[in-house]
Amino acid sequence: MTIRAQIGMVLNLDKCIGCHTCSITCKNVWTSRGGMEYAWFNNVETKPGLGYPRNWEDQEQWKGGWTRTKSGKLKPKAGGKIGLLTQIFANPNLPEIDDYYDPYTYEYDHLKTAKESKTVPTARMKSVITGKTKDAPDWGVNWEEILGGEFDKRRSDYNFKDIQEQMYGEFENTFMMYLPRLCEHCLNPACVASCPSGAIYKREEDGIVLIDQDKCRGWRMCVSGCPYKKIYFNWQSGKSEKCTFCYPRIEAGEPTVCSETCVGRIRYLGVLLYDSEQIKGAASVPAEKDLYQAQCDLFLDPNDPDVIARAKADGIPESWLEAAQNSPVYKMAMDWKIAFPLHPEYRTLPMVWYVPPLSPIQSAHENGMMNSKEGSHGMIPDVESLRIPVKYLANLLTAGDEKPVTVALERMLAMRSFMRGKSVDGVTNLDLLEQVGMSEHEMDDMYQMMAIANYEDRFVIPTNHKEYAGDGPFDHEIAFGTRSECGFSFGNGCHASGGGEEKRLNLFGSPSHANTMDGSYRGAKTPGDGGVKTLEATKPGDAS
Amino acid sequence: MSEYINSFFFGIYPYIAIGVMIFGSILRYDRDPYSWKADSSQLMSRKGLRLGSNLFHIGIILLFFGHLVGLLTPHSVYEPFMTSGQKQLLAMTAGGIFGTMMLVGLLILIARRFGNARVSATSSFWDKAILLLLLAQLVLGLLTIPQSAKHMDGSSMIELASWAQKIVTFRSGAAEHILGEHIIFKLHIVLGLTIFLVLPFTRLVHIFSAPIKYLFRTGYQIVRKRG
Repeated sequence: MTIRAQIGMVLNLDKCIGCHTCSITCKNVWTSRGGMEYAWFNNVETKPGLGYPRNWEDQEQWKGGWTRTKSGKLKPKAGGKIGLLTQIFANPNLPEIDDYYDPYTYEYDHLKTAKESKTVPTARMKSVITGKTKDAPDWGVNWEEILGGEFDKRRSDYNFKDIQEQMYGEFENTFMMYLPRLCEHCLNPACVASCPSGAIYKREEDGIVLIDQDKCRGWRMCVSGCPYKKIYFNWQSGKSEKCTFCYPRIEAGEPTVCSETCVGRIRYLGVLLYDSEQIKGAASVPAEKDLYQAQCDLFLDPNDPDVIARAKADGIPESWLEAAQNSPVYKMAMDWKIAFPLHPEYRTLPMVWYVPPLSPIQSAHENGMMNSKEGSHGMIPDVESLRIPVKYLANLLTAGDEKPVTVALERMLAMRSFMRGKSVDGVTNLDLLEQVGMSEHEMDDMYQMMAIANYEDRFVIPTNHKEYAGDGPFDHEIAFGTRSECGFSFGNGCHASGGGEEKRLNLFGSPSHANTMDGSYRGAKTPGDGGVKTLEATKPGDAS
Repeated sequence: MSEYINSFFFGIYPYIAIGVMIFGSILRYDRDPYSWKADSSQLMSRKGLRLGSNLFHIGIILLFFGHLVGLLTPHSVYEPFMTSGQKQLLAMTAGGIFGTMMLVGLLILIARRFGNARVSATSSFWDKAILLLLLAQLVLGLLTIPQSAKHMDGSSMIELASWAQKIVTFRSGAAEHILGEHIIFKLHIVLGLTIFLVLPFTRLVHIFSAPIKYLFRTGYQIVRKRG
């Protein structure tokens, strides 16, 4: 047994209101640069729908994630090492820009600069990439916002597997939910496995998966290898980029930007301890439905003295163990069993987990319009009669196994009912708790975590860390060695060409990383509405 | 004068070109690792890439190794197995087949690079220029085949091989082997050396990063320790 720690995330879909604040703040911090206009490290999709990029969940189309061979071994679905290298000249599984969307802006400046005319000047749509005028966009990062578009297209949602989806196209039966998505920072990442350069790696101390921008050669196998399509090819730099889990913030003990700015307080960050030697075994269990349980079995009880002793021996700092004991992620995933991995059947062992959403049913239930859970004496609504089909959620979260999802939904329903009784009617209905197998103490905890969701309960992040460096401040080699250096940069130290940084001869054509989200587009005569810089073609010539 | 030009282009220029290639590449790898990449444009358009890119790459790789082995293998090594006339025929046949493969692929890639609005807009000067350089070089190479067919005894090929072998072993008198060759061979050599010369400034540097090491990675996963 070798114990490692990872900072995982839980998203409580029951409280997601689909405001996209997470996406926007992430975009502004991480992907507002040239070449990344189309890329969203975090995006929110409306389900049921095809998502972004189009139909990303269907691995028969995209060949992402892993496949289990007859002999019980795992290999990337697109092919083993030799197979992948034969695809290097042209990757047959790579999405095209139109599968995401052609990034666009509008000629806003034309509104200000147009000469007097009989008609009102218009701001036509321009492709950011080509600078050409477009008639209309045809896909986007949340194209199906609030069930936009016709059901005939949305019905091919992968999660309708084994469901007669026809009836959910009818107005009376329709349902929707939001699904915020980011890199899963998997325990068994398929992107790492399919990177021929060895540029992608998982950090030992916190499990964050990163791309070494200096080692990436742009073979683009990770883009297709990731089943969540959360690696993006920067067409300007020719390298892949991905969600960094805001590691500079995590290291300082702060939540990721998407978590920090979530107005619905749906995001939780916490430490999980796991046995790294069991990863392979867990990812290769034969039946897909067993993958959720196999992943749960990897996680170790942070209060178990044996685990603590072993973890210390494996070099996990005291403060990380303490954080693990207070981890909201552990509580939700392991103690209360209300959070689930996204598409465990991809065999990547994802570490961003989701609490399934309830449907708005409380009044319907109280008015006797819904069935009740068998034996609950009318206290808990029957989850089978919820608006969102349990099977749909199970296809999303447990490879189709409805039982764990049902338990989770019942616990959440029971929590509402129980707390309502307690605080409104003054009745402590322990009978109700027995129905869902929880103690009053546990339920109070869960209520505190889910409904109140205080900042310090949601984010239990140990800072990084003197144990990793040394005792005194002068032993802190990492901080000491990097003092006075520039911060986040692109492999050229502080000497990157362009931006506000020091200029130097750009002999080899490094990209500028100029902000391109100011409404500018290729060939624009004047800078975009929000911009002050002059606009050049976004890609500098190599050495011209 | 022509002798001076001859000795410059075939005696001195090879060292300049290969020197710039080696030191330029080292410099780029060291100073600007972020710019070292294959620079795929597949995200912008996948159309034609599967056929074009595969034909092009397989063709050019086989041509490169064909030249390498053909030019640098000493005459005495293959003499027991075949005459130089037979070797010339082999070279012409293999070169013709791989050259045609590469030509078809390259033409598809060029059509895409210049014809597709997105690919064209996101291309740098060198992304386009290098394709045209390679096309010119390939056409010159293919034109050497009918030229060679005029003298099937292999003597011209031996002269070229002697030139290449003298260059790489730093012996004098290399340029004299080229003096009597047809202009097509001369242009082919000069342009080829020029491609070496510009290589560090273009996306061609990805050649040096061919990920053979991937095949020898233990397992699939990579976990990095701190520090």
